[in-house]
Amino acid sequence: MNNTKSAAVSNFDKQGDLPDAERHASAMQAFISEFGSRAASYMESCVRCGLCAEACHFYLTTGDEKYTPIHKIRPFEQAYLRHAGPFAPLYRFLGLTPPVNLEELERWEELIYDSCTLCGRCTLACPMGIDIAELVKEARHGMYSAGLVPDRLAHIVRNAEVKHSPFGEPADFRRTVRKIAKQHKVKIPLDAKRADLLLTTAPGDLEDNPQSVAAAARILNRLGISWTFSSDAFEATNFGYLSGNMELQKELTCRLIDKAREIGADTILLPECGHAYGAARWEAAQWYGGPTGVRILHMIEFLADRIESGAIELKKAKGSATFHDPCQLIRRGGLERAPRVILEALGFDLRELEDHGITAFCCGGGGGVLANARAEPLRLKAFELKKSQVEATKAEHFFTSCGQCRLQFTRGAQHFKWKKPIESLLEAVDAHMTAKR
Amino acid sequence: MIAFIEGPAWYAALTIFVVFSLWRLGWVLLMGGDKHKSPARASAAAGAIRNIFVDLAPRGAFLKRGKVWFVALAGYAFHLGLFAVLLFAAPHVDFIEQKLLGFGWTPMPYWGFIVTAEIAFAGLLLLWIRRFVDPVTRLISRLDDHLAAGLTFIVMLTGCLALGQQSVFLRGLHMGFVELWLVYFPFSSLFHTFTWPLSRGYSGALFGRRGIRA
Repeated sequence: MNNTKSAAVSNFDKQGDLPDAERHASAMQAFISEFGSRAASYMESCVRCGLCAEACHFYLTTGDEKYTPIHKIRPFEQAYLRHAGPFAPLYRFLGLTPPVNLEELERWEELIYDSCTLCGRCTLACPMGIDIAELVKEARHGMYSAGLVPDRLAHIVRNAEVKHSPFGEPADFRRTVRKIAKQHKVKIPLDAKRADLLLTTAPGDLEDNPQSVAAAARILNRLGISWTFSSDAFEATNFGYLSGNMELQKELTCRLIDKAREIGADTILLPECGHAYGAARWEAAQWYGGPTGVRILHMIEFLADRIESGAIELKKAKGSATFHDPCQLIRRGGLERAPRVILEALGFDLRELEDHGITAFCCGGGGGVLANARAEPLRLKAFELKKSQVEATKAEHFFTSCGQCRLQFTRGAQHFKWKKPIESLLEAVDAHMTAKR
Repeated sequence: MIAFIEGPAWYAALTIFVVFSLWRLGWVLLMGGDKHKSPARASAAAGAIRNIFVDLAPRGAFLKRGKVWFVALAGYAFHLGLFAVLLFAAPHVDFIEQKLLGFGWTPMPYWGFIVTAEIAFAGLLLLWIRRFVDPVTRLISRLDDHLAAGLTFIVMLTGCLALGQQSVFLRGLHMGFVELWLVYFPFSSLFHTFTWPLSRGYSGALFGRRGIRA
């Protein structure tokens, strides 16, 4: 996949030099291997009511019916009907569903990668409960196999494959961590041989929000926890998960777990990143091949737990705040309570967004869409929706707890010259923490 | 002719319905699933049960959208009306007693049938018309969806015509379309009748495992 070239005119990119027939065969093979009882139940239940569109931020902000979530997986559905469903021979013999061809996959690349953040809001609107986000994620496996991925995303994946992380190599990480430790005057254990907790991070934090890395280190130090970063396993983001590269997803997942086990850590602490939580907390065992023996916690889950146990005490903040619920943590992750525990402990007057909790709108940048340069116009549309809801609360502070959401809001704010700072719960806890235990 | 329609044709249609429905359902259930799952935060079974039996109304956040109201009201009107007519129309209760179970129950009164059938018709027609006029449903609808709606409509219409049971022809016409509907059922989107609990169950199990209060 290292020979990346863009296809002109149409809104799709192609990687590699695979002949068309092989591309097509790879996609179909990957599609078909994805179908188990769960996916089949979804495929067999859709009544094409179109209610999923009423939940999708990309449809709602553009009014373009092609962004109807169930429409985005049409080639995947065709593959099911013709090759994996209960009447597949009948579908093929009578030509009831046309075969999936490469041109169709190329056309659908935009729908599968640019216009779906895997946020899962459509699942909640579907009367049949079809988990379209999960189906889009599975369809991406076939698209990746065919070398039909947005170039920018493919480039990041390539970096993750050859350099260890999209951020860079272990040496780059060591250098950056030392720099953060020096600049923020915080002790950051690195590559300890033994530790109880393995802290991980995300490229966005290292590059754009290093104060977030320092905040995590300060909190762990104050709590007296035996912890470390590892330059062999620092990367929490999983671009295998986002792109459909299953081998990379497995490698990145196993790297974290193996390192934690090697140093005797019973906990892997994930940074404020949404999809890292989805990939590691909910899919790790699948890729590891069984129980991992390691507890995987998201930062806000960890902080809320320590606040409730009394280990973290906070000075009360002043003013009102609103919170953007990151999809992978709340709607797909079950952590709806944790950020609210933190905000309450901080003493903010919480003003919920019009759509919050499990039905909150996505930031518009998740699921690899933020990394996909050509999806910017769509991302900005979704940003406007969120911006209007934030403004309606008239809250003084705007918090979130996902680095990707934060970057999406930061870029959107820059584009629209919106003056609202986007704040992190982790950094707020660090700034208000009083206990030194 | 009526003897054929109510005899061999009926049993043939019923056999096709049962055999191919079992085939389709069995196929889906036997396709297998994930072997390894990360530790659950809460009960997957409880989540599945809740998603199948409890959370059946659209969530508040979506009720701000007029189309959600429309589909929910028309959908429930059609389905509840259809099942009420299917199970409580006097000729159906007689048919169930004589041909299927050997016992029956108190049917709904004539006026009840009229009201219920009108509700079901209104729901079905509104949903079907929407397939043609709404750009989203126009894009995603298949021929199968129109055939399923059309056949159901004809079955309901002929059923109303045959309600008085004074015409053997009308009764035969209704039975004939019911048999056609039964034959088409296992191969069509009508099959969501059996798969929706699976679909909602799988999603509910995911919500449950992850502790999502969906």
